[in-house]
Amino acid sequence: MREIDVRLIIEKVKELCIQANTELGEDVLQAFDHAIEKEESPLAIEILKELKENARIAREERVPICQDTGVAVIFLEIGQDVRLVGGDLKEAIFEGVRKGYREGYLRKSMCHPFTRANTGDNTPAILHTEIVPGDKVKVMVAPKGGGSENMSRVVMLTPSDGIEGIKRYVVQRVKESGSNPCPPTIIGIGIGGNFEQAALLAKKSLLRPLGSRNPDPELDGLESELLEEINRLGIGPQGLGGRTTSLAVHILMMPCHIASFPLAINIQCHAHRHKEIII
Amino acid sequence: MPEPIRLKTPLRDEDVERLRIGDRVLISGILYTGRDAAHRRLFELIKEGKELPFDIRGQIIYYVGPTPAPPGKVFGSAGPTTSYRMDAYSPALIERGLKGMIGKGMRSDVVKEAMRKYKAVYFAATGGAGALLAKRIKRAEIVAYEDLGPEAIQRLEVEDFPVIVINDIKGDDLYIEGEKRYKKT
Repeated sequence: MREIDVRLIIEKVKELCIQANTELGEDVLQAFDHAIEKEESPLAIEILKELKENARIAREERVPICQDTGVAVIFLEIGQDVRLVGGDLKEAIFEGVRKGYREGYLRKSMCHPFTRANTGDNTPAILHTEIVPGDKVKVMVAPKGGGSENMSRVVMLTPSDGIEGIKRYVVQRVKESGSNPCPPTIIGIGIGGNFEQAALLAKKSLLRPLGSRNPDPELDGLESELLEEINRLGIGPQGLGGRTTSLAVHILMMPCHIASFPLAINIQCHAHRHKEIII
Repeated sequence: MPEPIRLKTPLRDEDVERLRIGDRVLISGILYTGRDAAHRRLFELIKEGKELPFDIRGQIIYYVGPTPAPPGKVFGSAGPTTSYRMDAYSPALIERGLKGMIGKGMRSDVVKEAMRKYKAVYFAATGGAGALLAKRIKRAEIVAYEDLGPEAIQRLEVEDFPVIVINDIKGDDLYIEGEKRYKKT
């Protein structure tokens, strides 16, 4: 059995927190370029160019892309042939977040729900752990801002609502969100499972690289159709009007209960941050 | 596109009167930072009839909770936060002379009405462009509520801080007009 010291995980989580918040992915930058080519509004083109320039400054000067450095959402995949030694895994992850947010000069945004008192170190992180085959550990850090998260929803539709019901609800949600979630957005959709699984599917769907196809042809078609409809709304970058309301729609689906038809929409702002490492 | 309008703070009625939705504006002078918790406290002071921690007349509040400034830098990443959460508090501030607000996202009808009545404007800065906007901040000092951390009220000296007029004193709204213009049915 392979042994991995959790102290190594502390360092990796720290580095991933800083990297994710300062280095925007190539896929997102490419999506900005495609949007600039298609965009009709001059003001929207200016905004999209500003976002590219912002990403360049952030990367070169090692400052956060966005001041909302988010809730630290962490996906862990632990190989079943790995033995973790040297301490408490969850505590190690949290310590990595503390160090990353302190040493990277990232904003601490976690607070008590009632008193709103800040916890001071951006913990607790939101941790999703999965046991997978193999002897490796995959750590992914995906900081998520409050503005776009606030526009997200889970809804328990009725089976009779069908695919049309999904389309209606998703387009309506994007329309009602308007400029709040910092468009151009990426729309993560989870269909099926149950109440909490739908939300997790929606969040996980966001992690697929922008510009890649959905391996399921039916969902791939639905993604294209939804993206087209969303971009007909006219909301545009920052809600100032234009063709680019969303850069992509991503869907993950799984079977659900015979009585249910769960749907989750996780809206992601253009500061689409995630970095991963395999140990 | 027309050249941006240059404005200096504090803003006078005549500065605000000539602004129209969609105008690009470069602001130089002072901005006060303030978001959720700071607004709640300012609102409490007004309700209790007490003095505010700074003279709000002619001023602009920027809805921002920055990242901490790294060594050698004036300020951290500093893009706008979503404004609707301040809607409950803004009319009272506008009534007391606040002339501008910078944030992102649509305001309530009550806020728009207060802007029309007391001559104030709402600007948007590009959400998520925190690294770029921070470069326009030349000095920063905490004015009040240091205990709130990123939510403390700070006095920022800015040069050519880029914003767009969303709501003018005529009651127009760029979010509504922009969407209408590019909507395809």
